[in-house]
Amino acid sequence: MRTDHALLVDFGSTFTKIVLVDLEAETVLGRIQTPSTVETDITIGLRRGLDDIGRILGKAPVYRHKLASSSAAGGLRMVAIGLVPDLTVEAAKRAVLGAGAKVVGVYAYRLTENEIEELEKASPDLILLAGGTDGGDRENVIGNATCLGRADLKAPIVFAGNKTAVDEVRKILIAGNKEVVVSENVMPGIGVLQVEQVRSIIRDLFIKRIIDAKGLKNAERFIDSILMPTPTAVLNAARLLAEGTPNEPGIGELVIVDIGGATTDIHSISMGTPTEAGVIPKGLPEPYVKRTVEGDLGMRYNASTIVQAAGKEKFCRQMLGIVSDLDQAVAKLNLKPESLPETEAEQTLDVELARAAASLAMERHAGVIEAAYGPMGQFHIQYGKDLRGIKTVIGTGGPLIFGAEPETILKETLHSEAKPFSLKPKQPGFFIDEKYILYAIGLMAEAYPDKALRIAKKYLRKVE
Amino acid sequence: MQKTVILGVVGVDAHVVGNKIIAQALRDAGFNVVNIGTFVSQEDFINASIETNADAIMIGSLCGHGELDCQGFKEKCIEAGKGNIHLVVGGNLVVGKQEWGSVHDRFLKMGFNRVYPPGVAIKTVISDLKKDLGIACED
Repeated sequence: MRTDHALLVDFGSTFTKIVLVDLEAETVLGRIQTPSTVETDITIGLRRGLDDIGRILGKAPVYRHKLASSSAAGGLRMVAIGLVPDLTVEAAKRAVLGAGAKVVGVYAYRLTENEIEELEKASPDLILLAGGTDGGDRENVIGNATCLGRADLKAPIVFAGNKTAVDEVRKILIAGNKEVVVSENVMPGIGVLQVEQVRSIIRDLFIKRIIDAKGLKNAERFIDSILMPTPTAVLNAARLLAEGTPNEPGIGELVIVDIGGATTDIHSISMGTPTEAGVIPKGLPEPYVKRTVEGDLGMRYNASTIVQAAGKEKFCRQMLGIVSDLDQAVAKLNLKPESLPETEAEQTLDVELARAAASLAMERHAGVIEAAYGPMGQFHIQYGKDLRGIKTVIGTGGPLIFGAEPETILKETLHSEAKPFSLKPKQPGFFIDEKYILYAIGLMAEAYPDKALRIAKKYLRKVE
Repeated sequence: MQKTVILGVVGVDAHVVGNKIIAQALRDAGFNVVNIGTFVSQEDFINASIETNADAIMIGSLCGHGELDCQGFKEKCIEAGKGNIHLVVGGNLVVGKQEWGSVHDRFLKMGFNRVYPPGVAIKTVISDLKKDLGIACED
């Protein structure tokens, strides 16, 4: 019996997606999407999907691998705590986002009683506690550990702050009956970002603790394991595509635009250093693998905030004669988040929402330059990443994959003369994740990076 | 006990003459001066202050980029556990003809305790520093 099939599952909050890959032929044999059944039993939806896959193949397949990612049951919900907003707070937030988690709270300085209450109410899956450089401030982080120790929280706490506070923080948290895992400091020195170890600890905890806590463990009766949060799988795929493997070349620095129902995410795999002479980078160093998540730019759950952020007047003008009551049309999307556009007006509205989301999300992800004046005249300072030289922008998510005008939407992510100081890509090639397989590539990359990369290259469709 | 002051010229700035003179004047006034010279980054000031357990940091800036070079300095001190260190800055802090009052206010807002204009008398600076660090003045 041939056992060269891999089954790659993504447990999403709305849909469970399954991709079936032939590892020998390096082809995608099929793709199934079925409503997720997290509320009752995650395996009901999964089994339904597996039956469909069996039907595609005409027989019950034997799999070499059955791997999954998950963003079900709210995803990996995390809180980031640091000391100074521009320094360890920002470093902690970036570590959390880079680990594929959803940020449900960010706190600076000493936690107040109100903030602790808020934290208890948010009931995150994991907490990242940072603060102080190594040998730097201890008082704040020890104070915050004391607050967390007393709080009514079940979440494990990852400590990634001042190394000289480790022993005390650990003692305090254990005395408060909290599970604590110690990592390297996210900011060992001023201006130094160190997030790799925290990311891998978070992923480890996700596999060991969170899957079980969320009632997803029984899925492992049907699959080998849930390996990572879905955004991590997408980041893995992005990194693999950019860097390649020792045997298979990558395609270089890139950006992924993922427009979803609840958020719009941008992933960039890029150094982001200045591309022009005489530009001085400032601020915390940028992570090479960077993910930003815009919680106000979701096509269904937050369509109204997209309209707000883009400017309601401008939006109304664009929809003039197409949608008579914009508020009503947008409210309808929120009521039925799984709905797909049917009429021409609904389609136009979807494209316009996606254009606005793509444009804003990229503007927030990309860096900016500012003019400054010195004795030698004008010069420029860069904050964030310079993405103007990026050669590849990949679009994924419903509106880009299934929508009518992916190119129109992706064009919104480009650098423009109207906003010359926003460092967005200038002349990239556009690609669409047509088969919706990026997460699957990220999962496959764990065992078969060469094959995963070749499959990704084969199935990303270039938009001409 | 002798108070320790970290002294240096911040950023891409080579103005060394005034730096040497201030160092000597501070030493004569009884301070333990750790002069880290010119072309000093914010991080170097902070690292030196941690290592020597300094009481004050005195930043000179003559090139006109002072505002840019000092941005975020206080925040970094807090992160490094030096949130209470006394911060002094002075020199040709900005370019162009700007009213001193507004420059002074901007630097206070950035977290500096004392901000001095060009041409300030060194003995004013020293007597302020003694007062701020709780050293009894003889004169």
